[in-house]
Amino acid sequence: MAKSTTYSISVQASTKHLAEVRDFIAKHAKEFGFNKQDVADIQLAVDEAYTNIIKHAYKHDEKKTVDIELGYNGSMFSISLMDTGDAFDPSSYSKPDVRQKIKEKKRGGVGVYLIRKLMDDVEYHTEGSVNEIRMTKTK
Amino acid sequence: MKNFKINHREVQSYDVLELCGELDAHTASQLEDSLKRLIDQEKHQIIVNCKQLDYIASAGLGVFMAYIEDVRSLGGDIKLTNMNPKVYNVFDLLGFPSLYDILEDETDAIKKFETDEAES
Repeated sequence: MAKSTTYSISVQASTKHLAEVRDFIAKHAKEFGFNKQDVADIQLAVDEAYTNIIKHAYKHDEKKTVDIELGYNGSMFSISLMDTGDAFDPSSYSKPDVRQKIKEKKRGGVGVYLIRKLMDDVEYHTEGSVNEIRMTKTK
Repeated sequence: MKNFKINHREVQSYDVLELCGELDAHTASQLEDSLKRLIDQEKHQIIVNCKQLDYIASAGLGVFMAYIEDVRSLGGDIKLTNMNPKVYNVFDLLGFPSLYDILEDETDAIKKFETDEAES
């Protein structure tokens, strides 16, 4: 699909860079004209996706990198995060039962649900060694 | 980059943790350490004031999920106050308002602690 504008950054897979990634996303989402709540939603969705890659795809190996690409076309704003770690199977996730998790003193497992709630469309692809999560929100 | 800090103060018999800045997978361990320290000291009546909390991701929510049961089983609670609408929205998406006391301010949290105690 042709995109009118694209931007990309490459960041090491470390939670140290979370704030930097959020700032990058917020800057472009604002420029695109999203309202404050939408900017916050997109920031959080990308934060959760990036955190999942760090924890699950790369298992905290800070030498690995994550490529982040964002683009907008018309009223559509999309962000892709690419990694070369363990592929993620989104079908294994459902709406989290927080009450149950609290009982079991479990944390986590809520990020994927948040991403789906916050964005209009979420797709996962794996091609060769590259995994991509692509998230889209419409203005 | 240091974008998160916690101030601890005591109000009457309550321990107040004031969260400032951005709570994410990088900074969540600071909150975890603070909560653990209070629990280790047998301080179970905890108020988390979110007035200056600008941002929360699920890693931050996870800390509250992991420790609430410990605190409640010891007869205490973690009550959350002064959330801005953006932060509240994240708690709300996951159904936290029916599982945690989220109150307007510290005075309301103390009142709730007193009612809880009267009822128990």
